[in-house]
Amino acid sequence: MEPTNAPAKPQFSEAAKAEIDRICKQYPAERRKSAMLPVLHIAQAEFGGWVAPEVQDLVAEVLGVKPIEVYEVSTFYTMFNLKPVGKHVLEICRTGPCQLRGSDELTMELERITGAKVGEGPSADGLFTLKEVECLAACGFAPVVQVREKYYEQLDTEASVNAMLSELRNMVHRPALPWEETGLPNAVANN
Amino acid sequence: MGRKLLTEHINVEGIDTIEVYRKHGGYRSVEKAIKTMTPDEVVEEVKKSGLRGRGGAGFPTGMKWSFLAKPEGVPRYLVCNADESEPGTFKDRQLMSKLPHLLIEGMITSSYALGANTSYIYIRGELLYVLRILEKAIAEAYAAGFLGKNILGSGYDLDLYVHPGGGAYICGEETALLESLEGKRGNPRNKPPFPAVQGLYARPTVVNNVESIAAVPVIVNDGGDEYAKIGIGRSTGTKLISACGHLNKPGIYEIELGVPVEEFIYSDEYCGGIWKGRDLKAVVAGGSSVPILPKELILKTAAGEPRLMTYESLSDGGFVTGTMLGSGGFIAMDETTCIVRNTWNFSRFYHHESCGQCSPCREGTGWLEKILHRIEHGHGTERDIDVLASVAKQIEGNTICPLGEAAAWPVSAAIRHFRDEFEWHIRHPQEATRPGAVYPGKAVLA
Repeated sequence: MEPTNAPAKPQFSEAAKAEIDRICKQYPAERRKSAMLPVLHIAQAEFGGWVAPEVQDLVAEVLGVKPIEVYEVSTFYTMFNLKPVGKHVLEICRTGPCQLRGSDELTMELERITGAKVGEGPSADGLFTLKEVECLAACGFAPVVQVREKYYEQLDTEASVNAMLSELRNMVHRPALPWEETGLPNAVANN
Repeated sequence: MGRKLLTEHINVEGIDTIEVYRKHGGYRSVEKAIKTMTPDEVVEEVKKSGLRGRGGAGFPTGMKWSFLAKPEGVPRYLVCNADESEPGTFKDRQLMSKLPHLLIEGMITSSYALGANTSYIYIRGELLYVLRILEKAIAEAYAAGFLGKNILGSGYDLDLYVHPGGGAYICGEETALLESLEGKRGNPRNKPPFPAVQGLYARPTVVNNVESIAAVPVIVNDGGDEYAKIGIGRSTGTKLISACGHLNKPGIYEIELGVPVEEFIYSDEYCGGIWKGRDLKAVVAGGSSVPILPKELILKTAAGEPRLMTYESLSDGGFVTGTMLGSGGFIAMDETTCIVRNTWNFSRFYHHESCGQCSPCREGTGWLEKILHRIEHGHGTERDIDVLASVAKQIEGNTICPLGEAAAWPVSAAIRHFRDEFEWHIRHPQEATRPGAVYPGKAVLA
């Protein structure tokens, strides 16, 4: 029997659709698949910070490729979350230079304060997901955490860690989506 | 103070806007190249400059350009590799976010030289905020007539786009980057064919690092011969060094190639010495993939000469006593650093980032990580060191792309120079795994 309460198929907002159109024009018309990564970034930002299977199907539809072509990409690149995440995903750099300056201790401290565990689901309050990542290219300012597009650097004191967490806790509105802050006329780069 | 060719104006307020950038001489190279030079003349200047690829390989940029196939009626591409992800290397992010127009100017002048009408900057996905800075600057360049159709009335057209990656170190390898740009998994391609013949969309393509492209405006403005006067021997020009680890002043320094390593570490002009008044133990000089060197060998060559920050001096003695300049990712470690732990950390990185296409890399990096993990955690066996060295040896040269070597070299170099520390871990597991334990030195081992 067909389920009667199937969730509505996800749809991109008008703003996201316009952004996707702009991006697709950056590649030869027959190479629309090239827009895969940028469109996945938009999808992830638009649908709660992760790409559910039906979101990936939507990306396939928009790009005119088979769903498997999206799945093989989304599972390869570490930036795409395949499971639900908290409001803020804290990406803690654990690579050599950050480890030399105390990233292991930082990870333990963040687990203790937020109650979330690295690699597991969000904290009980739904605010934080902790994720250990490899090099964030900020080695001179270690240890480093990235939250969406913002880098929090030199998190080697209690004060700096607390400042980051309270800034995130006090963020009432959802963070801006990538295309909302560009201030770019959409057509500029496509003449 | 050394000359600054790329970063002279990096702290000028508003230098990320086209007005301020042009006030400081910005976009002169575009006007000069397009109005007064043929594309081949630009390539010739870059050849004369002796500029070597700043992404790590150090291959002469002008020569790379001259390999580009130029069949009639077929588009060709310039792709900027801004997928900076090598541990220890963070210069490109800084350069792009503070001086976006320098990269864009370099892209336009270079694209003109190569006859590319569409160019891409492939930037690592984590740097979405830098992507926005670049897109804003690109819009300004379009509005000023440096991009788009009929640039400066010359009949030359160029479109420039920024493309974000998705968090995969392997996409810094040029063919993996091209696969990724085509919307696929970042699996490196077999070479040949080289990108110069079949690159993006199977068209002739040049892939250059951010810093290499940023040097092109300087070379065009001042002439290749002038650029070649800076530096020593075949290491011409300036280089951005990103310094991190246990230094008093980590950060990004533009040096004239040829500065002594000792001066770079200890002088106040650069890193200001080792933090907390400690002694230096070891340095990884060119990003995590290059061999580690103990203090004695990084400061002086095997012949006892002062080691210099040049491609040649750092690699003096091959890998027995030398290392590589690589991408300029300079990681200093103080006397309390556990080399086993550090090597394990880097192996974990390479295992995590292996694309999995070739068995020696996919399986080998996992073995390296597992063996190093058990030595570091006090479960090593006497055979482990030889097995490690043997696995590293068997990865080398047996993979499609250089990620295999990048994973193997740090391990073999750590064993070569710090074997006694590995032995201490294996023979004295309880002492070695105590939190904060420091290898007490050879005397205790005996």
